[in-house]
Amino acid sequence: MEFPGLFNYWIVVVLMMTGFYIVIAHNNLVKKIVGLNIFQVSVFVFYISMAKVEGGTAPILAEGIAQYSNPLPHVLILTAIVVGVATTALGLALVVRIRDAYGTVEDDEIEAQENDL
Amino acid sequence: MSLMAFMGVIGFAVARLRNLFGVVMLTGIFSLTGAVLYVVLDAVDVAFTEAAVGAGIATVLMLGTLALTTSEEKPASDNKPLLSLLLVTVTGAVLIYGTLDMPYYGEATAPINNHVAPRYLEESGREIGLPNVVTSVLASYRGYDTLGETFVIFTAACGVLLIIGRPQRGRRRARRDANWDIEHGIRKNVILRVVSKLLLPLILLFALYVQWHGDFGPGGGFQAGVIFASAFILYAIIFDVDLARAVIGPKVTRFFLALGVTLYAGTGTACLLFGSNFLDYSILLDEQTRGQHLGITLVEFGVGMTVAAAMVTIFFTFASQER
Repeated sequence: MEFPGLFNYWIVVVLMMTGFYIVIAHNNLVKKIVGLNIFQVSVFVFYISMAKVEGGTAPILAEGIAQYSNPLPHVLILTAIVVGVATTALGLALVVRIRDAYGTVEDDEIEAQENDL
Repeated sequence: MSLMAFMGVIGFAVARLRNLFGVVMLTGIFSLTGAVLYVVLDAVDVAFTEAAVGAGIATVLMLGTLALTTSEEKPASDNKPLLSLLLVTVTGAVLIYGTLDMPYYGEATAPINNHVAPRYLEESGREIGLPNVVTSVLASYRGYDTLGETFVIFTAACGVLLIIGRPQRGRRRARRDANWDIEHGIRKNVILRVVSKLLLPLILLFALYVQWHGDFGPGGGFQAGVIFASAFILYAIIFDVDLARAVIGPKVTRFFLALGVTLYAGTGTACLLFGSNFLDYSILLDEQTRGQHLGITLVEFGVGMTVAAAMVTIFFTFASQER
């Protein structure tokens, strides 16, 4: 599409800021992790959209194809996705453990309990 | 392009919605949209991974957490949304200003496409001998990165086990009567049970196909591991976690968790012992491309094992928590 060639970066920025906003403005820890995930996806989109070459195709070598998209960002993001879910699981495990200890997953309530002690 | 805009809209919906169950469902849709977007952008391997991980496992894990905590977000008391909004807007504006110097979408002359990428595309067919350049770069050229990332997954699974894996007094749920579950709730649904039983072998078979065919088409250890694990997760959801644990116990998953990374690092060390560099597979067999192929197959298998074991371990650890 001809229309602004920087559109992909703007969407990335919007997604990134949405995730950032969720992380800083919400108190619920699960919601914060969701926010981090959106932030993370924005970085994925950033890499993958940069790797796209106009007229290129998927980087799987075949006869009669001259132009491929850039395979390197694909490799980085592929592993990052799986690492991302593993670290998300780690974060969720911490949330579960925090609920065991405090009985809540709201940041402000946890802080209030801490201050009471 | 419109897909990207759609992702932005879902992002806003996630930020606004207070019901966490809805939020988790929306993130599932968000991931699936992302996967479609990656296909459009030629990143088939990435799309594969995102579809299996983001729309599958991540959603299940989030739901598991909601079941253990709460599914409704409380309205914040001490919140300063305006301050946060201002901060976000300013940061976003600065970032947008930064993008004005970026190369346009799809430009072949962009710096990112002219560093090492042309070399991978032109030489990997001769040096590695595999059609899928992503696999060549992943397992051979950048084998170190992938080794590190496999260890991160290993470490994360260990971390989950350390944090909530230990049975605490009264926290490990009692072994319930499996028959009770079959007569009540989701497990009562005959269609679900029959269809999932039919699907299970196909999922496992497909995972193996993705594992071994990853050198030629989209796929590889990361995707295969996740798909393999999803079969066990499906079984545990539809039938019972304890039944699933009887099929593949904690000892087995922990063994494979460690065996996968050992296989990866061991392949690298074998290259050292043969007198070459760490993870330089060319030395393994008499011919360069055959050696590379063997090495890549071995490390991808290691990755697959660790990823599958990690996902199964993480899921079972979450599922066997008592609320």
